[in-house]
Amino acid sequence: MLLQMSAFHICRTTLALRLKASRESPGLTQELTNKKQKSVAGNQTGCDLFNEMKHRFLSFKKHKYLENLECYQNLAKSQAPKFMVIACADSRVCPSYILGFQPGEAFVVRNVANLVPPFENGPSETNAALEFSVNSLEVENILVVGHSCCGGIRALMSMQDEVNSSSFIRSWVVVGKNARLSTKTVASSLSFDQQCRHCEKESINRSLLNLLTYPWIEERVTRGLLSIHGGYYNFIDCTFEKWTLEYRGTTLNEENAQYSLINREFWC
Amino acid sequence: MAENSTEVAVTEVERLLREEERLDDKNETELEKITTALEGTNLDTFNPIEEIKHGFMHFKIHEFDKYPDYYHALAESQSPKFLVFACSDSRVCPSVILNFRPGEAFMCRNIANLVPQFNQVRYSGVGAVIEYAVTALKVKTILVTGHSRCGGIERLMSLPDEDGTSYDFIDDWVKIGLPAKAKVQSEFGNLPLCEQLQICEREAVNLSLVNLLTYPYVRAGVADKTLELMGGYYDFVNGTFTVWGLDFGFKPALEFGSKPPLFV
Repeated sequence: MLLQMSAFHICRTTLALRLKASRESPGLTQELTNKKQKSVAGNQTGCDLFNEMKHRFLSFKKHKYLENLECYQNLAKSQAPKFMVIACADSRVCPSYILGFQPGEAFVVRNVANLVPPFENGPSETNAALEFSVNSLEVENILVVGHSCCGGIRALMSMQDEVNSSSFIRSWVVVGKNARLSTKTVASSLSFDQQCRHCEKESINRSLLNLLTYPWIEERVTRGLLSIHGGYYNFIDCTFEKWTLEYRGTTLNEENAQYSLINREFWC
Repeated sequence: MAENSTEVAVTEVERLLREEERLDDKNETELEKITTALEGTNLDTFNPIEEIKHGFMHFKIHEFDKYPDYYHALAESQSPKFLVFACSDSRVCPSVILNFRPGEAFMCRNIANLVPQFNQVRYSGVGAVIEYAVTALKVKTILVTGHSRCGGIERLMSLPDEDGTSYDFIDDWVKIGLPAKAKVQSEFGNLPLCEQLQICEREAVNLSLVNLLTYPYVRAGVADKTLELMGGYYDFVNGTFTVWGLDFGFKPALEFGSKPPLFV
């Protein structure tokens, strides 16, 4: 512990100098390497990482950016995506990859278990992004994409009903507690894995309903300016289910809900 | 990105007919009919569901089915080496600009790619990402990448916006970046706003890197060198990417207070 504290203290005293220099990139890396304690393995790791980033970016630049230069130059002036996508942070489910979104097409939020907290929970990074995409960019579609084997949903389903938890994951996934409740109600006879699968889809629908708790979203949906869709990516057999939330009504009331799930499709 | 779909289709039909040397008067009339019909259907009408269906099938055929061993192993478990923070901006997906394949990067995207300080009550979303990536997935590198013309940074620098449209959630979120804004204004307040914005885009990345250290498992990983922190900046105006690191090391130990020898 003492060792960790020492390292942190050193960080704080020398950090200001290094961060300030970060604007001038090539010189900075030289400066850092010189001042660093001798650690050959560490040096190589740092250089390898930079080289890796360099190769990755130059490959993009050569095969995509320069091939579509005019398009990228137009995009640099402004973006007008038609989609806002909420997807999981899971490394296997990037919407650009699995749904083919090109630069400029989708404003994307990625968090654990692709959850949308309701309006009454107050400010969060997810609803900040919703506010920007709906009210400023005026996207026409919101798509919430869930997926198979979601660790966040598994954590939600595994939670004991404890009040205090020191875990961030638990503090966050509790947003999906209604999905967990309804899963436990209708699917309690299923195996735990099957319950998790059920909850993965149920939480997408809960998130869709939570979207409608935002007045500026509900208003645009009612006026036909915005559509909200759910999607479920199963990466075990590579299939995708999609559906749309049809909403009719001026007030959202659990008992008199004026919504239905329509236009279901299954792609395989 | 491509030219107008209708034009492409018409050009293609015309080319095919010419190649077969069948473009005589009769076909000219047929071509006109086809052109009219194609323009009538308006191939450029955006159908959102068709777009993503096409995207998914393309991924399935050209990626998933082409590398079955890779994707079946991935379905069992993920072990990404990277945790990446990037902006939600539609133009800056790291999977595209840094070629991250499925399985390579656990990714958090939010407005202005901000990482707030450790706060389980207010910022559980980002905290959950960091906690899962570092303690469960054991990523090796955390990369925070900013970008040019960031709307979130622009909003941060324009606060307080008394007369403009109110954006309560956005403003509450971007205030995480206030220390970066203060630094930029105090050191570069004499520069034009556009330059201050560019500097702030990078300083916000630095602020996020520092905020990462308020998470104990990040601190521990950096201290024992199992975790590396990197900053990045994608300039899509000029087509460049800048990357930098943070380095921590131990200075040689100095001991104080030892007793001098009694006898020389």
